[in-house]
Amino acid sequence: MHNFVEAFKFIGRNGQVPGAPHLPTLVHLTLETLKIAGIGIVIALVIALPVGLVLGHIHRGSFVAINIGNIWRALPSLAVLAIGVAFLGIGLRNVELALVVLAVPPIITNAYVAIDGVDRDIVDAARGMGLTGREILLKVELPLGIPLIFAGIRTAALFVVSTTTIAALTGYSGSLGDVISNETSYHLSGVLGAAICIALLALLVEFLLAGAQRLLTPEGLKLKGDEAVAALVPAVEMG
Amino acid sequence: MLAVAAGPVIPTFGGGSSSFACERANHLFCTGWVSRNWSTVLWPALRQHIVLTVIAVTIGFAISTTLALIAYRRRWLERPVVIVTSILYTIPSLALFELLEPIPGLGLSRTTAEVALVSYTLLILFRNTLTGLREVPSDVRDAAAGMGMGPIQSLLRVEIPLALPAIIAGLRIATVTVISLATVASLIDNEGLGAPILTAISNEVFKTELIAAGALAVALALAADALLVILQRVLTPWARMKT
Repeated sequence: MHNFVEAFKFIGRNGQVPGAPHLPTLVHLTLETLKIAGIGIVIALVIALPVGLVLGHIHRGSFVAINIGNIWRALPSLAVLAIGVAFLGIGLRNVELALVVLAVPPIITNAYVAIDGVDRDIVDAARGMGLTGREILLKVELPLGIPLIFAGIRTAALFVVSTTTIAALTGYSGSLGDVISNETSYHLSGVLGAAICIALLALLVEFLLAGAQRLLTPEGLKLKGDEAVAALVPAVEMG
Repeated sequence: MLAVAAGPVIPTFGGGSSSFACERANHLFCTGWVSRNWSTVLWPALRQHIVLTVIAVTIGFAISTTLALIAYRRRWLERPVVIVTSILYTIPSLALFELLEPIPGLGLSRTTAEVALVSYTLLILFRNTLTGLREVPSDVRDAAAGMGMGPIQSLLRVEIPLALPAIIAGLRIATVTVISLATVASLIDNEGLGAPILTAISNEVFKTELIAAGALAVALALAADALLVILQRVLTPWARMKT
């Protein structure tokens, strides 16, 4: 127990971080971790969401969209990072590439399944009301697909936060993983403090995205409490 | 001092000290290194990785199936189990390994690695098994009861077989997840395919070892997934009759 008390003291302690000397080391590194993860998830969203949404809208490419998710689950993040280092060398570029590689597939698969699975009668009704294809996608299919789309984004975000810290094992310096993989310099209290920060960061990201999902979900689709908790693991994984 | 002799040549090390040109230059992939180090470095790591995975998935399966069977009869259990296992699933692996380390009896050991790996399987296996059991049509359950089966007989001979596709889908996800996280566990127990990756990084980023160990980890996950698909086909021959 003593170790954990020391760990919490360490979190509040000031460090000598170049560029941000007024922040405690771990707070600074937590923000850096969030920044690296944030860049990765935004790039992945920009690439994956349009692909998944459009494929789902035109009901094409199910084989690719679904199998990309199956293969993705088999990709160990440390292996992706390691192979990336061999090709690109140690650096932010390699880390972001690994993050995007790991985050794109679940977003595509879930967005595809979400849009493809929207009730055809609803889409026909919308078309009958004179909506164009683009309007149907944005005003009908997208809101109805929010729960599944967000399940994919949450899975991806979880992987990205986790992988950002693992990047430290492949030599990348600048995230909370630095402290975790360097017990000689930071002692057990520092390592535990960093582990606590990572765990809290992951839970925080998960809660924020769950909150965003609730805000964006149309009233008629809102899940009851139990199912909202259970929505953590996306439905496509039942494959 | 005169010319300093190069350090002792340690077999697993490529990089600067190697006596092979490809490895000294740290080219992208030196097949020679792989064949020379297969039996001393790569194969033992792969074997340890398989053992770690099988132990974790077996224990995780036993725990979560027990919980799912209880929650199938006693509904109130589902919510607390899902909340606790969701939190465990959300904590990033690197953090969980380190948080377990100071607990007495764990430390830097295989046990610590296994505890963390097992905790990642629970949510997936519990949810899939419970969902699979719940989705057995009530007509089928009634028919089993009508044929004179008791609750246990109906569970073993009707409900569990019908839930098998969902249960095995859960096993597939849990297995590839554990294979992925077991590479990170090398930080704790210095075993498995993560170990050569960490060695290669500390050894001037030796590319051949990075690619070889990384590719083996990916291949192992794909192979395990394929094996479980085959297992499902063998165990549920009736599923192929549909569609």
